[in-house]
Formats: sequence, structure tokens, C-alpha cells
Amino acid sequence: MRTVFLRLLPHPILSLLLTVVWLLLVNSFSLGTLVLAVILGLVIPVLTAAYWPDRPRVPRLGRLAVYLVIVMWDILVANVTVAFIVLFRSNRAMRTHWVVIPLDLKTPEAIAILAGTITLTPGTVSADLSAEGRCLLVHTLDTADPDEESKGIKNRYERRLKEIFE
Amino acid sequence: MTMEIADIAIALALLSGAFFTLVGSIGLLKLDTPMKRVHAPTKAGTLGVGSFLLASMIDGFAYRGGSLHELLIMAFLFVTAPISANFISKVNMHRGDIDPTPPPPGERTWATFNTGPADKAGDGPM
Repeated sequence: MRTVFLRLLPHPILSLLLTVVWLLLVNSFSLGTLVLAVILGLVIPVLTAAYWPDRPRVPRLGRLAVYLVIVMWDILVANVTVAFIVLFRSNRAMRTHWVVIPLDLKTPEAIAILAGTITLTPGTVSADLSAEGRCLLVHTLDTADPDEESKGIKNRYERRLKEIFE
Repeated sequence: MTMEIADIAIALALLSGAFFTLVGSIGLLKLDTPMKRVHAPTKAGTLGVGSFLLASMIDGFAYRGGSLHELLIMAFLFVTAPISANFISKVNMHRGDIDPTPPPPGERTWATFNTGPADKAGDGPM
């Protein structure tokens, strides 16, 4: 029973995502588009199953939603802060630093999301991952204390991502 | 009355979008090192385009049957903006006209410098 289910629906979340994306692309809701969306959502994962050898663990969706709200808010704040720095700080007064963040996360998906979050939030851009994936190189536009920045990111984002993915 | 509120909301969203896009461009002109210049467009750009899309969505709901595919554009934007910033940062690290990067603790080097012998062979001066 379980194998039949897996054969027909190898990636349930991918199916759901494809359905929603198709509905958004069509941009008008009717029964016909819903049926077509569901068909696409069922067929595409089966046809492309060969290219998805691993299945990432299903994240905790409730906590993921909370995380997204926090990040959205931080992006708003980040834009205002960066706009302020760009407009009113002289280049010499900016305290730019490289910050190295040691990672507790192991899942590639979680690390990718953490790197993306860092780039989109206050005055930080993630530049690179270390060769074995144990730390993240981050560039900050204006920080007084790089260590504090690193702790802040670990506490605010990484801790939550660890709860969501691991 | 509701139409007027919608119009005001659309105008505000367009203005804030224009403002943040302008700040992104000013940042690109004003900031003086390659790594600093990565900061301005990645953030200001995102919220700028986000505000334009918000204006488009309000317009869609106020005057047409509603429109949600702006959400899709926003999702793609938020997923791709960090990746382009990441690529530009790596190019900066290779070009070397930036502050020296600290070594990763307990490891040999950063992933972008971790090239095998095959990559090294073709890596001549540009």
C-alpha cells in the first residue's frame, strides 16, 4: 500500500507547490484551471522522480510560517536601516567587517535558507560557505561588534531553522 | 470613497517603491568598495520591487477581479536576489580588491577557493 502511494505520489509537497504555482500563474480561479493544476501537480513529480533521488525531510510548517513572518518584518526594517546608512553615512564612517558564523545546521536546505535570510536582512550579505560546510562567511555593512552580530544571527535565525528542519 | 482609499494606497506604494529603488541606485554610485556595493541593490532593490508589486495587487483587487500572481513574482525575487548577491561576492573574493577574508576556523579554505587540479589548469590570467 505504502509503495503504491509512493509510486503515484513521490513528492506530496512538490505536488502541492506545483498546483499552487500553476493557479497563481493562470491568475484566475475556475474549476477547469483547478483540475488542470492538480493534474500537473500529480504528473510532473512522477515524470521527474528520477531526478529527485533524495527526499528532504518535511519541515515543521507552522514554525516555518512564524519564521517567514519574522523574516518579512526584518526585511522591512533592513531596507529602512540600509537606506538610512546609504543616504546619511559617509563611506569612511561605515564599519564594514567580515564575520565568520560557525554553523550548527547540517541540512543543506536549512543552510541555504539561512544564507538567503542573512542576505535579505539588516546590513549583512552572506558571501561564501567554508569548503566543508561548517561555517558561513558574512559581510556586514555597518556593525560595532562583529561577535555580537554573529551571536544575533545564530540566536534569531539559526536556532529557529534548526527547530524547523532538524 | 473606497476607490479613493485604494488610489491613495496605490500612490503610496508606488512612491515608496520609487524611493527604495532610487536609494538602491544611489548606494551603487556612492559606496566605495565592491563588497559594500553589494549591499545597496540587494536590499533596497527587493523592497522597491516589492512595493511596486503591492501597488499592482491593490490595483488588481480594487479595479479588476483581483490578482495574485504578483505573489509569485515576489517569491521568485526573494529566492533569486540572495543568489545573485552570493555570486557577486564570490567574484569579488576572487578578484581580491576587497578586505582580506578571515580563514574559516578549523578548515582549510572557503568553498569558492576549494578548486581541484582540473579547475586550476584553466585558471590563467584574464
